[in-house]
Amino acid sequence: MKNMNLNLLVWRQKDAGSKGKMESYIAENISLDMSFLEMLDQVNEDLIKKGLDPIEFDSDCREGICGACGVVVNGQVHGPQRATTVCQLYMRNFKDKDKIVIEPFRARAFPVIRDLVIDRSSFDRIIMAGGYISVNTGGAPDANSIPVAKEIVDKAMDAAACIGCGACVAACPNASASLFTAAKISHLALLPQGKIERKKRAEKMVSQMDKEGFGDCSNIGECEAACPKEISISHIARMKREYFRAVVDEIEK
Amino acid sequence: MHLDAKVPDGPISQKWDKHRFNIKLVNPANKRKYTVLVVGTGLAGASAAASLAELGYHVKSFCIQDSARRAHSIAAQGGINAAKNYPNDGDSIWRLFYDTVKGGDFRSREANVYRLAQISSHIIDQCVAQGVPFAREYGGLLENRSFGGAQVSRTFYARGQTGQQLLLGAYSAFMRQVNKDNIEMFARREMMDLIVIDGKARGVLVRNLMSGRIEAYAGDAVILASGGYGNVYFLSTNAINSNASAAWRCYKKGAYFANPCYTQIHPTCIPVSGFHQSKLTLMSESLRNDGRVWVPKKSGDLRRSEEIPESERNYYLEQRYPSFGNLVPRDIASRNAKQVCDEGYGVGTTGLAVYLDFADAIKRLGQNTVTEKYGNLFDMYEHITGENPYKGSMTIFPAVHYTMGGLWVDYNLMSTIPGLHVLGEANFSDHGANRLGASALMQGLADGYFVIPYTIGHYISSTDLPSVTTEHSEFRVAEEEVSKRIDRLLSVKGEKTVREIHRELGKIMWDNVGMSRNKSGLQKALGQISDLRDEFWNNVNIPQTGNHLNKNLEQAGRLADFLELAELLAVDARERNESCGGHFREEYQTKEGEAKRDDENFSYAAAWEFKENDKPAELHKEKLVFQEVELSQRSYK
Repeated sequence: MKNMNLNLLVWRQKDAGSKGKMESYIAENISLDMSFLEMLDQVNEDLIKKGLDPIEFDSDCREGICGACGVVVNGQVHGPQRATTVCQLYMRNFKDKDKIVIEPFRARAFPVIRDLVIDRSSFDRIIMAGGYISVNTGGAPDANSIPVAKEIVDKAMDAAACIGCGACVAACPNASASLFTAAKISHLALLPQGKIERKKRAEKMVSQMDKEGFGDCSNIGECEAACPKEISISHIARMKREYFRAVVDEIEK
Repeated sequence: MHLDAKVPDGPISQKWDKHRFNIKLVNPANKRKYTVLVVGTGLAGASAAASLAELGYHVKSFCIQDSARRAHSIAAQGGINAAKNYPNDGDSIWRLFYDTVKGGDFRSREANVYRLAQISSHIIDQCVAQGVPFAREYGGLLENRSFGGAQVSRTFYARGQTGQQLLLGAYSAFMRQVNKDNIEMFARREMMDLIVIDGKARGVLVRNLMSGRIEAYAGDAVILASGGYGNVYFLSTNAINSNASAAWRCYKKGAYFANPCYTQIHPTCIPVSGFHQSKLTLMSESLRNDGRVWVPKKSGDLRRSEEIPESERNYYLEQRYPSFGNLVPRDIASRNAKQVCDEGYGVGTTGLAVYLDFADAIKRLGQNTVTEKYGNLFDMYEHITGENPYKGSMTIFPAVHYTMGGLWVDYNLMSTIPGLHVLGEANFSDHGANRLGASALMQGLADGYFVIPYTIGHYISSTDLPSVTTEHSEFRVAEEEVSKRIDRLLSVKGEKTVREIHRELGKIMWDNVGMSRNKSGLQKALGQISDLRDEFWNNVNIPQTGNHLNKNLEQAGRLADFLELAELLAVDARERNESCGGHFREEYQTKEGEAKRDDENFSYAAAWEFKENDKPAELHKEKLVFQEVELSQRSYK
């Protein structure tokens, strides 16, 4: 197969305070076996050689698990392939002369640091608010002392698979972090170890999510469609139940 | 300096208990007066930071990623070993200890390995309590699977994402302490130097990767958990940002670097597809539980894998190693793959690949079970190669994956710089010349959850630590040097990009200091590395400036250090005139082509000391004494 030339339109922005704009570039001699980010690597090599500023973007593991990468490709979060981070998107999904528009994940709670690099520390603060089981190191009982049904642990694992990339936020018209927050609440609420703190956890995490400036969920489902780990929107329903349970309990007290 | 490993006396099974009783404690009320600086937030760093903060220490934590949740431990797929013996198949602390020492080709420190095996069970307990969703049987109890180098099933796993789940467990414990103000977290910070005052590690300089500013932090002890140096080969399974710079800065400040030549080449990776490639992707070793490795019997057979009948396939691992078969340790599986390819039986477009076949497993277990066990790996394979592994065989080839070498540490995990403790892949301690699968996660968490909380207390309570602030002149001197170095990098403005030079370094290393090595090749590599280093400092082209986010500048600093480390790696490989584990010297092999050790002359850990003014590094030897395990030629036949 012949290599391709592509027309890129890329978001460039110096820092959070500056105004950004789209710039066009030609990506030359792109192999079908390249990943999307390897294509950008090559464009950057060409830009450096020409004395121009390379396009900054985040990436680390490049195998779809660290959650560092993420851009919007032609309006689609992480690009056109289902259940795939942009580092695992391969150029065989594109054709010669294609026009490709590349933008950062956009949300008020994800300010741009530079070009396609964004600040997702709001996610850390949501976890910080309660996304854990309060056990110190040492003194844990034998791992087999509490049996957990396979179906339950499988469901918990489905939720725990979240990589924290922020695709759900970028895809949501409300820029809601509900799927991210729900995935953690759901993972821990399903397991016997996590049930003890479920109410406090749901309340704190949901309230932190609001504080960070994320929008609310209106059941559109874009998040599930964009999620590279295919985390189900049903976890949001569970989060709502968990939250409701916690609030009602508080009122009854 | 005499290398004292500080291994406690007494029978091996009692050393750690006795040591924990003998070491000094810090009064709970006093712990909050001490600050511990932790560099890195992978399994070792995050678990250490969380555990120390829980005890009451004030912790400052630094990572180069945008969040503590992203360190490369997250990419570990297959599992974590523990001597639980849940399957009732004959496992014990003693067997895990023995397998690890043997798997490491008798080049690790017995006492450390025994402690690791002892601690292993507690790690699983801890992780389950944190909510790590390990795989379970229908009865609700935990499930195990087998990994290379073991004949028992002792590997716990969470689908193909065990590293992710363990890291998110440690990260959740970590964030809980951030919430309690016991940990201050500094993301997007890269360690640029270690501050040594009165001979003790008392601080770090980090570069704020967003603003480019150099920031100084003082403390009472430093923990380095910054991972391995596999990216010295350019192409590896490591993350793009994995680097050795923090460890290398410490080496240059006096921490000895041990066994740099012990590098692990993982047998089951997706083969290289072209020049553009930025990294290699591992397919978990767990695949070797059910996958069968083979090549066609006819050299240059161009048929598709599924068209080649059973009788024309050579399942070479099953043939040569009947008792371990496809589950031989990684170094052996990798070397055999290289050998069959060198003999002309390799497959794929480059001839540098072998087949991994699941047809038998699919027939035996059904496609659904295979999907349940390995589904995400099969999907990943299809994404990358565009081929469906349920139909034909996968193609795989070895790739650089892990580095057993690292900063030398004693039994307390302290380096030769008092106060500088080194954890996880960054140290050299437990895996000898070859690490067994599913043991990296075990070691990282053992170091962080269960070793350092004890040993750092002993250091702090038995050491005079006068108050130090960042106003101290050592900070200013180091800061000037760091800034000068960055300016020098930016001022070269040559012709080649950082990536071009890194790729060249990788080729030198892979060709001459890779899966098999010989004296003349190593000598040649040393000359080439030195030339390339000169070229780097005279001809690298780093765009833009140092006062904003500039990833090329970050990578350039890391490459500058790799260009020095590469030399030490090759020197260490040249000086070790034997073959052991991941270090295979062609001159030293048995008649059957297996690694041939020389226990009489090389039963030591090689700890290298940095010397100023371009003088060669000085070798110190820590003699390895084997009291519990009898040295033998490793056999997996």
